[in-house]
Amino acid sequence: MIRAQREVTKKSVVKPMSPESGGPKSAVERPTRKVFDAVKEKRVFDAEIHPSLSTEEMVLEIDDFSLFYGASQALWEISMGIPKGKVTALIGPSGCGKSTLLRSVNRMNDLIDHVRIGGTMRLNGDSIYAPGVDVIELRKRIGMVFQKPNPFPMSIFENVIYSLRIDGERKKSVLEEVCEASLRGAGLWEEAKDRLHDSALRLSGGQQQRLCIARAIAAEPEVLLLDEPCSALDPIATGRIEDLIEELKGSYSILMVTHNMQQASRTSDYTAFMYLGRLVEYGPTEDVFVQPKLAETEDYVTGRFG
Amino acid sequence: MVWLTGGALAICVLMIVGMLALIVAQGSGTFWPQHIVRWQTRAGATLMGEIADVERHRPEPEAFERLPEAARAAARAFVEREGGESERRLLRVENFELTGKHYTWVSDYEIASESEPEWALALERRAGGRFYGTPKAYVRDGERLTTEPAATWALVEQELPGVQDRIATADAIRRDDIGRVNHEIEDSRLAVRRAELADGVDAPSARVARELFAARESELSKEFARLRGEIDALERQNARYALIVETGDGVEQSIPLDQIVRAIPANRLGPLERLGVYGSRWAEFVSAEPRESSTEGGVLPAIFGTVAMTLVMSILVVPFGVLAALYLREYAKPGPLVSFVRIAVNNLAGVPSIVFGVFGLGFFCYLVGASIDQVFYAERLPSPTFGTGGVLWASLTLALLTLPVVIVPTEEALAAVPSSMREGSYACGATKWQTIRRIVLPRAMPGILTGMILAIARGAGEVAPLVLVGAAPLAPELPIDGEAPFVHPSRSFMHLGYQIYHLGFQSRNSEAAKPMVYTTTLLLIGLVVLLNVVAIAVRAKLRRRFQGAQV
Ligand SMILES: Nc1ncnc2c1ncn2[C@@H]1O[C@H](COP(=O)(O)OP(=O)(O)O)[C@@H](O)[C@H]1O
Ligand SMILES: [Mg+2]
Repeated sequence: MIRAQREVTKKSVVKPMSPESGGPKSAVERPTRKVFDAVKEKRVFDAEIHPSLSTEEMVLEIDDFSLFYGASQALWEISMGIPKGKVTALIGPSGCGKSTLLRSVNRMNDLIDHVRIGGTMRLNGDSIYAPGVDVIELRKRIGMVFQKPNPFPMSIFENVIYSLRIDGERKKSVLEEVCEASLRGAGLWEEAKDRLHDSALRLSGGQQQRLCIARAIAAEPEVLLLDEPCSALDPIATGRIEDLIEELKGSYSILMVTHNMQQASRTSDYTAFMYLGRLVEYGPTEDVFVQPKLAETEDYVTGRFG
Repeated sequence: MVWLTGGALAICVLMIVGMLALIVAQGSGTFWPQHIVRWQTRAGATLMGEIADVERHRPEPEAFERLPEAARAAARAFVEREGGESERRLLRVENFELTGKHYTWVSDYEIASESEPEWALALERRAGGRFYGTPKAYVRDGERLTTEPAATWALVEQELPGVQDRIATADAIRRDDIGRVNHEIEDSRLAVRRAELADGVDAPSARVARELFAARESELSKEFARLRGEIDALERQNARYALIVETGDGVEQSIPLDQIVRAIPANRLGPLERLGVYGSRWAEFVSAEPRESSTEGGVLPAIFGTVAMTLVMSILVVPFGVLAALYLREYAKPGPLVSFVRIAVNNLAGVPSIVFGVFGLGFFCYLVGASIDQVFYAERLPSPTFGTGGVLWASLTLALLTLPVVIVPTEEALAAVPSSMREGSYACGATKWQTIRRIVLPRAMPGILTGMILAIARGAGEVAPLVLVGAAPLAPELPIDGEAPFVHPSRSFMHLGYQIYHLGFQSRNSEAAKPMVYTTTLLLIGLVVLLNVVAIAVRAKLRRRFQGAQV
């Protein structure tokens, strides 16, 4: 339900009254397409967050988060929690800020000049953006897998244990153990165990992406960020990665960007729909796909736009 | 437009290929044993030697006036038949102590008759240049043993190797054993001085050192005398043998066998033997010390100096260049200042190299070197140690010169490292330096090596600055040798490029040196190519590691 009429203290945003303002609406009678109007007119509205989320324990809390690339705002006061041990999918049309939101979690945006942020994020209760936070230590608690596989120019073994190496871990037994466990976790062990010391760049694209997942989980991250991990892969490799995400569910908290509706509905527990830098609707995947509360969400998940 | 561009390229390629072909043709021919010809000139002289060059010319009418009356008509007729032209040939006559020259031009019309004496010998001597002649007699202990060329030559072939072995033995004693003895005497003398400086002249420690020194010195001078005796015995043994040869015009000359480096019966050699002589001359060239102010003998010290200097230069320039490029590309905030520095670095490559030489001399030798001397080598002053040209200063100067050559490709290679790799590293919690060291540098290594290859090519071939900062036409000792501390960065050194310049343009007899100039050039080019091939092989090996990179 749109609550554009809610009395908010957010500055900078004009809040004209919407015609529907007034009495509460019944759940069946959906207000139609008012969100996009609100977004386009830069009015404030609150995301439609399904109540079932409130029972989850959150690994990551995003609170009123905004982000500006120079003068242009890419994220608008996003508030959401990422449940522990679940897979949360971020969907939305291209350029709506999914990657930006993901990269804000491990502060990859620090690498870009002219980025300003507002609001906060907390990882298991620790603020991510508070002054004095050690970004390096923070990133070690978060794993990230990128759109294109990006193995390092070194052996498979060295790739997997990279985060241990930079921590100065020298013990061979530890390194080998972590390497095997991570490769098994990423479903790559059987294929790679005989060529651990070959260049990682000689793996196929799908294997490289699983290697990147192995690298990301080697450090036992508290949350795993996947930014369209399958978009550069063929359907078979994509299937394997989806199975893998399925397997990782439970042991890891995963926040995943995807462009693919089927992928989101197949693999995720929760789905968040974003549009033009706003969070629009967020709830259990089934609800979002089958009976979304907003018509815009329905239009998007059924492919009527986007 | 296709024709214009293609034509320009063709001209470039032609010029380069032509230059290389000239050098290879001239340089590789130097050591080939030619036939020895004997010419009877119309003027009545007899010349014997090897033909070094041929060209056509049009003789002036006055030229015939210099011929004897009787020969003029025949000479004129000869030239007329050739259409007013004549070939003239450069004959390497040598026998310098008799002829006073190494080469002479002779026109064909001046020649009355030509022959190739079967027994003509080319004798390469330790001093005085070559000698051409026919064997007349073999002398042992002042007694002529033979008169026939064949028998004489047989004895030469039999006894020359023994003589040369003895020379090698004597040289080795001189170089190694006597060198060691001198060194030990010097060491114990220095020990005395150290003790005197530390505890005073009358201190017991100084007295002990003096006594030790006296004992050691008498011991060592006995050793020295013994070694000297050995050498003398070897030399006396060698002095027993001599070869008497007759020059083209019938003069007899006695050549002691210990003067002969190589004796070649040039007109009796079969193709294989000729090849053998050719090979042995090349072997001497790359493995022996120079003789006769570098116009003969080998260029080993120059090869060594060139390689050592180039390596030291690479060791200096690569880390500095890479660090500078890293700063420019990875750390500096892009802005007008960085752009300015980048342009300045690029322009550094365009500064004439002699300017670097002048800077090296003024800054490294006279400023830095002189200060080092004052602090560390005060006892040797006023003769400079570091305060003059040396291999270290030369390498530093060249390192400065080649800095842009390293920085530019390194920067490009750094920029070409995919940002996805850097992001991946940062996302794993790596610091900037860890990312650079573990991801960026390995990935950029082929590009960095490209810079190094270019620097080596540039540095090994550079001569102008070296003239000022340490290259020498003749350096008595190598910059790296068996004498502690093994590396002597202050020593001057020989360099192939400088050798070329010095031989070709600074020596008294540049005509005699010309073949050596070409051969040395060939060797220098070969050496630069070799250094590059090694570096390229290393790079290819590294590149293979990145094979199959899809990102
Ligand atoms: N480095 C950047 N500098 C400026 N604008 C950017 C940058 N990265 C992304 N943006 C802008 O931010 C918006 C969101 O981008 P992004 O998060 O990549 O979208 P998505 O991943 O949902 O396709 C886009 O309008 C994009 O143009
Ligand atoms: Mg994206």
